[in-house]
Amino acid sequence: MNHRNLKPMLLGALLLAASALQAQDNPVVIRGATLIPVSGPEITNGVLVVHRGKITAIGGSSTAIPRNAIIIDGRGKVVMPGLVDSHSHVGGGDGGDGSAAQHPDVRIVDAINPRSDTFNKARAGGITTVNVMPGSGHLLSGQTAYLKLRANPKRIEDLLVNRSLDGIYGGIKMANGTNSLRAGGGTFPATRGRSALMQRNLFIKAQEYQKKMRDAGDDESKKPARDLQMETMVEVLEGKRMVHYHTHTHYDILTVLRLKEEFGFRVVLHHVSDAWAVADQIAAAGVASSIIHIDAPGGKLETMNITPENGAALERAGADFGYHTDDGITDSRVFLRSAAFGMRYGVSRQKALESMTMAGARMLDLQDRIGSLEVGKDADFIILNGDPFSVYTRVEQTWVEGTKVFDFSDPKERGFATGGLDIFRETHVHIACEH
Amino acid sequence: MKKLLSFGILLLASGMPLLAQTYAIRGETVHTMAGESIKDGVVLVKDGKIERVGPASRVSIPSGYAVTTAKVVTPGFIDAHTVVGLAGYLNQNHDQDQLDRSSAFQPELRAIDAYNPREVLVEHLRVHGVTTINTGHGPGALASGQTMIVKTSGVTLQEALVDSVYSVAFTLGSSVSSNFTNPGSRSRMVAMLRAELLKAQEYANKETKTRDLRMEILGDVLSGKVKAMITAHRATEIQSALRLQREFGFDLVLDGASEAYLMLEEIKAAKVTVIVHPTMMRPVGEAGNATMELAAILHKNGIPFVFQSGYEGYVPKTRVVHFEAAVAAANGLPIDAALRALTIQAATFLGIQDRVGSLAVGKDADLALFNGDPFEYTTHTTAVMINGKWVSTQAR
Repeated sequence: MNHRNLKPMLLGALLLAASALQAQDNPVVIRGATLIPVSGPEITNGVLVVHRGKITAIGGSSTAIPRNAIIIDGRGKVVMPGLVDSHSHVGGGDGGDGSAAQHPDVRIVDAINPRSDTFNKARAGGITTVNVMPGSGHLLSGQTAYLKLRANPKRIEDLLVNRSLDGIYGGIKMANGTNSLRAGGGTFPATRGRSALMQRNLFIKAQEYQKKMRDAGDDESKKPARDLQMETMVEVLEGKRMVHYHTHTHYDILTVLRLKEEFGFRVVLHHVSDAWAVADQIAAAGVASSIIHIDAPGGKLETMNITPENGAALERAGADFGYHTDDGITDSRVFLRSAAFGMRYGVSRQKALESMTMAGARMLDLQDRIGSLEVGKDADFIILNGDPFSVYTRVEQTWVEGTKVFDFSDPKERGFATGGLDIFRETHVHIACEH
Repeated sequence: MKKLLSFGILLLASGMPLLAQTYAIRGETVHTMAGESIKDGVVLVKDGKIERVGPASRVSIPSGYAVTTAKVVTPGFIDAHTVVGLAGYLNQNHDQDQLDRSSAFQPELRAIDAYNPREVLVEHLRVHGVTTINTGHGPGALASGQTMIVKTSGVTLQEALVDSVYSVAFTLGSSVSSNFTNPGSRSRMVAMLRAELLKAQEYANKETKTRDLRMEILGDVLSGKVKAMITAHRATEIQSALRLQREFGFDLVLDGASEAYLMLEEIKAAKVTVIVHPTMMRPVGEAGNATMELAAILHKNGIPFVFQSGYEGYVPKTRVVHFEAAVAAANGLPIDAALRALTIQAATFLGIQDRVGSLAVGKDADLALFNGDPFEYTTHTTAVMINGKWVSTQAR
């Protein structure tokens, strides 16, 4: 490279940087699209204004458009909130190992690859927030992480909702049923009865730790030694950390509800294959369900009675529910398909929309930041070329906090939606131990 | 190779009175797959066969014909490659007969000896409108066994059977070496297959011989009586399959073929049909370079293709072939091309186009009824008929 060429290149780089800065600083307006706020009725020929990562205005065609706004022509498009996937394994992370059945101190954030190309699958599917979970091969496999799928992350903090490892940034993954059973037992349970016993004992131990901490008050000398497992479990007992509980059969589901009643933790039921059989009990417990659409029943004994009607059964019973991908069990790129099949089997359109957005936001305690297009919320949205629940509709663009993170029209990114040569080079799946 | 038991269905079905069974199906759109689709069309069915097809203005419904209406009527869909019936939904040892791990090379294993026509997964395909399947031994062994063609109805094999041996299922790729220690490499796989085919050539030329079931079925592959269905995802394996085909002249079908887009000219020159991997197949392992656009790419390049539900080791324990075709249609494949691949193209591919694949006079009355575009997520299959009998009338 000679120096005569360097100068214009530098100038070009500066201009690029300036325009990127401008995109951050100037409001972005999507004009003329059908807006689906989820929190309210659809708006045809709408105006969505986002600025500095937040939604600053949403309304009809008369909505004021700020000066200096970058305007995107949304005519013929549909805009809805970014999708919330309340259970996924993108990011290549893992959880506890075979040394024990319960690992409350193990954090998936310590194992996630922020540059994993599986995140591109999720962005291409319109997913903007995801609960990344360790597996179900344990009674308690570790701490989960709530991630915003921002562009070009280099550190795990770049993906965490508050960009920080301080405080609580995820839930805890628990499981019952057959995935966590090991013939012969040992440190693992071999039966359902022992599974519940081991979980119960962990909660009792945490209650004792909690009491010691309370009794000690401000007296450092009386406090028990730091115990990362117990500290986490106390967060669970105090309702600060949500339990994301993998469970399939109707009797395993009721075991979860019983444990919740006994210890008072907050819980989201995951998969819930027999939800149709115990929907009333789930509703009465006031517990939300994160469910999955699978194209055929079975695959293992405890999912032999799974039905695509679970969503409709929960809606009828008055229980909150949303869909998840469990990626790689189902593919993030076709996530909208899950709620579409829910509708096919009786879920109302409004609930189907919520099940991909607001319901997931509530499960992650993020309902004040994401899940709907409302002023003050994060500017996480997707631009579609048609109805969200049509097979022919494509996610054209995905935006997180006012920044575009996926664009189907960009030849470099198109493959994230379709696949192809060397698109997913390091794709990880955990098929053997999930679902 | 057909061992048709064509007399079967009506007589076998529980000693039914030998009265004419007559139905009229009236559809707002009837995709006959034999010429243009018909607006407000009528299909008359008598004694298991299609009696007449045409617009309602020209085909009057005779008295005594039970009338069923639908928004959209198509021929029953054809799944060109599955393992259901050998693979069961419980996924326990007792219901997984698609792969015998005792040896990597067993082309003599017959699908008819393992098929369970009452398997829940077979019913699952049937009620969604899939009426004919090529099913049998799965991928994962150098030669896992044979496949056959059945209808998705019937409580015994005889009632279901269309063709007892359609293909031998071969696999080239790392899934074989992960299931078996021998062969343990790609080149060894090809060497083993070549050696077995050479043996079969010699066997075929012998004057006197003791019966050898393996050599007999490989002889049928070499003579073209039975297809060689080779599952091959990577371009390396696709090339090996094409090379073996040139050497031995068998009738090759390429299965899966994730990287077929890298080999378009070679595949086209070999005049080979591709059974496209399920569109929503996970892009992992050997299929890591799969694209949802493969069917569209093959269509654009004039390479014949059909769809499959394939094999799944976990969940979904089976895919549904038109759900996969639908996503291909959303990824660049024209809708009518997707419909053709599911019907008349698949029937021709399986050599049973005289019986199924289109709504034409004299063909088996296999129909699927829908309350909208069959590919839309929210459309229901409202009824399914096989051999002139309703096998499902509940919306799915």
